[in-house]
Amino acid sequence: MTPMPMTQVPLLAVRGLTKRYGERVGCLDVGFDLWSGEVLGLVGESGSGKTSVLQCLAGRLEATAGCADFFQRDGTIVDILRLPEAPRRRLARTDWAMVQQNPRDGLRMGVTAGANVGERLMAVGERHYGRIRREALDWLGQVEIPQDRIDDLPGTFSGGMLQRLQIARCLVTRPRLVFMDEPTGALDVSVQARLLDLLRGLVADLGLSAIVVTHDLAVARLLAHRLLVMKDGEVIESGLTDQVLDDPQHPYTQLLVSSVLQP
Amino acid sequence: MSESAPPAIRIRRLAKSFTLHNQGGVTLPVLRRLSLRVDAGECVVLTDPSGSGKSTLLRTIFGNYKPQGGEILVRHGDRLVDVVSAEPRQIMDLRRRTMWYVSQFLRVIPRVPAVAVVAEPLRALGVGRADAIERARAILGRLRIPERLWELSPVTFSGGEQQRVNVGRGFIAGHPILLLDEPTASLDAASRAIVVQLIREARESGTALLGTFHDADVRDMVATRVVSLAEAETEAA
Repeated sequence: MTPMPMTQVPLLAVRGLTKRYGERVGCLDVGFDLWSGEVLGLVGESGSGKTSVLQCLAGRLEATAGCADFFQRDGTIVDILRLPEAPRRRLARTDWAMVQQNPRDGLRMGVTAGANVGERLMAVGERHYGRIRREALDWLGQVEIPQDRIDDLPGTFSGGMLQRLQIARCLVTRPRLVFMDEPTGALDVSVQARLLDLLRGLVADLGLSAIVVTHDLAVARLLAHRLLVMKDGEVIESGLTDQVLDDPQHPYTQLLVSSVLQP
Repeated sequence: MSESAPPAIRIRRLAKSFTLHNQGGVTLPVLRRLSLRVDAGECVVLTDPSGSGKSTLLRTIFGNYKPQGGEILVRHGDRLVDVVSAEPRQIMDLRRRTMWYVSQFLRVIPRVPAVAVVAEPLRALGVGRADAIERARAILGRLRIPERLWELSPVTFSGGEQQRVNVGRGFIAGHPILLLDEPTASLDAASRAIVVQLIREARESGTALLGTFHDADVRDMVATRVVSLAEAETEAA
């Protein structure tokens, strides 16, 4: 775990992000700064707009308005909402990663586990077979997949293993910004804890910045440093995760927190 | 410490109430214009009966509760940070390097072994894994947690064991400010004595402590000053 540097420029500065689907609002005037090493949670019910925010930032949806200034490795700043296709793809390969709710959407099911991890490395220019295989083996170990499964197809993996494989595929290129869409949403409760703990450790050890969409407040508490609470497309409350969950200010957040069932 | 040194914590006119929007919008005032200072090397003990807002005050200082007004100036390295108006990432930095809150209950993370839970504040400061684990083992031993439990998640620990893990985690990194919320509540006499010793050592090394202790004996053994919220609310700072 590396201490978070108190840098003066945020990794990502989002202002006025708006997405309309015709008359309907996806998200409206969303703004926040994400600093290096920070994990930001977007919480709210389904339909609150959190996925629209994530999809616009990840370049999977076109924003209607707003800007999102991303601080690149070379020190320059680009608005990722206005980026042409080619440089956006380059960033998506190198600096970003997206962990999908359903690991089958983030993996290639027709190639082996090792190839799923190695492919991302090849996409950033690695060509040496031995190094790629070593790195893939190392990552399988880090996500607690037995290394003798490296030549197996993902279709033979359990749901929890698939999600861990997707995480290895995402992190192998050391991205600086990771988008996560309900990363534990498709898993049984019994494997959620293991995945959450793994993600917590990796995020801290690699000093990653991440934006995590989740409707599960327990997941948000474990993973996120800060929260944005969304309702009807707008951010209605934001702050330190424990402050928002332990002393919610907005009526809707109070309702959300008090509605959680205790086992 | 010279007289010109600013206090570790200086609170002025702090106001905290809770508005329950989904229960008829009722507002519960808890802290009203509260002023208090805590210096390095002091252990200030709050003496009010339960339900009067002691935990609320500790949590508000820690940035866990959001006050309506006033200021909470905390000495953070060579700067003063006002918790009331600070950005979340400033509070995160404050918690990493300056201020720790030992709550009554450990929030247990599934699968993380006790030794890693205790080592975490050191790891957050950049201490290497091996060194942090070694120091965590030392403090767990001192707190009389049986060694066979160190590699297990505290999920299944008894209340007293969890509390000791929480205390170990609170004292391991030598934060200059410690907020203690009933740290001895569910401990037996022997464990209580160890916590008292830890508090005294921290005090002597210049830590500023503010806490609540149910137990009058413990209070008498650790306190350098005793304050009630009622006094702190009338006193001009």
